[in-house]
Amino acid sequence: MWSLSGITNWVDQWLNATFNPTLTLIIEMVIVGVCVISLFAVLGLVLVIMERKVSAWMQIRLGPNRVGPKGMLQSFADTLKLLVKEGFTPNGADKFLFNLAPYLAIIVAMLLMAPIAFAKDFHMWNLNIGVLYVSAVSSISVISILMAGWASNNKYSLMGAMRSGAQIVSYELSAGLAILTIVVLTGSLNLNDIIQSQANGWWIFKGHIPAIIAFVIFIIAVTAETNRAPFDLAEAESELTAGFHTEYSGMKFALFFLAEYVNVFIVCAIGATLFLGGWMPFHIGNWQSFNHVMDFIPSSIWFMGKTFFLIFLIMWFRWTFPRLRIDQLLNLEWKYLLPISMFNILLVTAVAILGWHF
Amino acid sequence: MVEEIGTNTDGDLLINVGPQHPATHGVLHLVITLNGETIKKVEPHLGYIHRSIEKMCESLTYRQFIYVTSRMDYLSAHINNHACALCVEKGMQIEVPARAQVIRVIMDELTRIASHELWWGAMAMDIGAFTPFFHAFRERESINDIMEETCGARLTMNYMVPGGVMADLHPDFQKKVKAFISFYKTKIDEADELLTGNIIFQNRMKGVGILTKEDAISYGCTGPTARGSGVRCDIRKIYPYEIYNTLEFDEVIETGCDSLSRYLVRLKEIKQSLRIVEQLIDNIPEGDFQAKTKAVLKLPKGEFYSRVETARGELGVYIVSEGGTTPYRIKFRSPGFSNLSALDKMARGSKLGDLVAMMGTLDLVIPDIDR
Amino acid sequence: MFIVKYIKNVFSAIKSLLVGMRRTGYYFTHHKEIITQQYPDNRETLVLPERFKGEVVMPHNENNEHRCTGCTACELACPNGTIKVITKFDITPEGKKKKAIDKLVYHLELCTLCNLCVIACPSDAIVMAQTFEHSVFDRNKLTKVLNNPDSKIMDGVE
Repeated sequence: MWSLSGITNWVDQWLNATFNPTLTLIIEMVIVGVCVISLFAVLGLVLVIMERKVSAWMQIRLGPNRVGPKGMLQSFADTLKLLVKEGFTPNGADKFLFNLAPYLAIIVAMLLMAPIAFAKDFHMWNLNIGVLYVSAVSSISVISILMAGWASNNKYSLMGAMRSGAQIVSYELSAGLAILTIVVLTGSLNLNDIIQSQANGWWIFKGHIPAIIAFVIFIIAVTAETNRAPFDLAEAESELTAGFHTEYSGMKFALFFLAEYVNVFIVCAIGATLFLGGWMPFHIGNWQSFNHVMDFIPSSIWFMGKTFFLIFLIMWFRWTFPRLRIDQLLNLEWKYLLPISMFNILLVTAVAILGWHF
Repeated sequence: MVEEIGTNTDGDLLINVGPQHPATHGVLHLVITLNGETIKKVEPHLGYIHRSIEKMCESLTYRQFIYVTSRMDYLSAHINNHACALCVEKGMQIEVPARAQVIRVIMDELTRIASHELWWGAMAMDIGAFTPFFHAFRERESINDIMEETCGARLTMNYMVPGGVMADLHPDFQKKVKAFISFYKTKIDEADELLTGNIIFQNRMKGVGILTKEDAISYGCTGPTARGSGVRCDIRKIYPYEIYNTLEFDEVIETGCDSLSRYLVRLKEIKQSLRIVEQLIDNIPEGDFQAKTKAVLKLPKGEFYSRVETARGELGVYIVSEGGTTPYRIKFRSPGFSNLSALDKMARGSKLGDLVAMMGTLDLVIPDIDR
Repeated sequence: MFIVKYIKNVFSAIKSLLVGMRRTGYYFTHHKEIITQQYPDNRETLVLPERFKGEVVMPHNENNEHRCTGCTACELACPNGTIKVITKFDITPEGKKKKAIDKLVYHLELCTLCNLCVIACPSDAIVMAQTFEHSVFDRNKLTKVLNNPDSKIMDGVE
């Protein structure tokens, strides 16, 4: 059967046969880097057009429909516009930090790509502490936002950055605890092991109520962590004009924009991996023929389908709900999500020890 | 004089919201003194859209000056025109035909629905929900289409003239309005589903922007803003004009004094306005749509005052006449100005995000405040 | 009990959010509710109501005749000085002098489309046209002369 791992293995063998091992490693790294950057570009384009279409249909509009077939090339035109715009650095800004911040944001998003398994045996780095790596690296993103807000020398930016700092630091906790429930159930920090453990059923079905609670908390927490509405206080349009990226223009603004969308993709990919089985096809117990049909669908499609379902869910939130206030945002985390997830951890530990899960 | 940049002597953060800011719906400029996220003081600065409408009116005849008032509170243009027409009619002692009165009231109430719909969408946008804005516009557009057919314009209609209305109703008017009402009734629950019932919205609204009854009276607040604080101030009830005293409708009063009650007053007012339109739409009397008036209107020497209930509150028109063809002095008492002045009282001690929600519930139209 | 109330709160909150999501989900899947009009594309089918106030025009009949007597009622009725009537004296066949319009100048850039001039006109010489695409690159093009060149007043209009 056709699979992505076949291609990578073939490339690897060919390189090993042609060059010496060091050169092979370097070439492979370059290939991976190019792949990640092009994936970034594609993701940015796809997610922007998806967001615009989703929002348009929810708002009884048509959405972009001029550039390309059904407006599908609209984001190319937008990117082109952003590329030719002037990158403006305001007077009084800390020039070095101001220009560094968008790159930091994008680097964090790139680093997070490493442990994700996009298909069966298709990942950049089979890291045995993948889950830990993801939660550790994702918390760096707050630094880029704080940097951007502080260096802009703008009060709106500063307030947006401060809000974002408080928000990300608090929601890391419940996101981490939600991830931990699956780690407890699986007994492994390796994302590939976690996927393998779901061969006979996804954790959201196998893990009873604790897994569902953890899933809901995870979705809420990552929505907050990626600064998406209804938790978009860092860039609350009606309050802070654009929050931490008020002063950014041109491609520097686009990098923030891109980082936001890629972060959404990554957290949804993590969520799909942990709760919905990653690239694992949907299997029902002993229905052999049904399971066989499901196996026939390539694993990369399963992964992308689940990830985009979660992305759609997050977009659905954004275009339905009003924004929270900063104190309510923190209340929600510290008074509701954190106690519930702590209780949930206890519950799931009991489930795991007693072997109640399937 | 406020220091425009940086901090004041107490070390508080001063920020300028507006005149170009997504939350102010126009060119309102607020200087906000902040302690962290908590508001210490709000100072509205006006004058960015001052067109000296009152002075302009002094050089226009009594037929001509009505069109200018559409440009004040452009969302309730009909009602503004109505107030001016009423004042001139009072001075000239013109008897308005029954048909014209009914047409005027129907138009006023349709305008009120359209205005409240726009407010609903804009306020939802202020607190971060984008979808209601477009849903509100769907209903508003159908009203605008009805207006366009009868009055010839969508926003600044200039349909009221002293003595009646400018033209008779379009033959399709009744059919269109009935179709609108039945369409609107299928969509009216959407407001509750998308916003009113939403837990985030409830938390954003409940208990913030407290304006007590005493404050509402002493700041001169009128309209839904005051009725949300429990003040009886509906001009249609307490000083009925036209045929309002023969109509069945309730004055909506909420006693919560917070943003949520102001929100609920407006939502319920939409339903009351629908009720009025439903009562009248089948009972438009036959007859003239305009009283016979002289070609040149001359108000007798004296002072004349009329007031109406616009979508935002009480609009007063005060004309001083020297007996000529143009007014000697005109003064408009606009509802938005008084409502805005209460903003500082409401906002102190609350968070920056709430200020935007409060401004949303005040339903500010800046050209009405500034004139 | 505190804990019961807490759990109840959580569930009613989630329910209220789901109600909103159901509504947006409905519109997401029901594309026939979309109300967007694609304006430049629907130009041919776009019908404006006959009362729509687009701009003031002076209709002429097939003999290039209009109904304007040059009485300046519209000029007086206009609040902004939009209309300027320039009159001349025609010599009638009987040899008498008769007042007629030379030009009726209309400044579209000043016009607020209030309809007062149309109402004031005693001979129904001017009406509102249902046009709305008024933008031009040269401001001078907005100053229009409403009567056609060499047009005459219709017979029987006083």
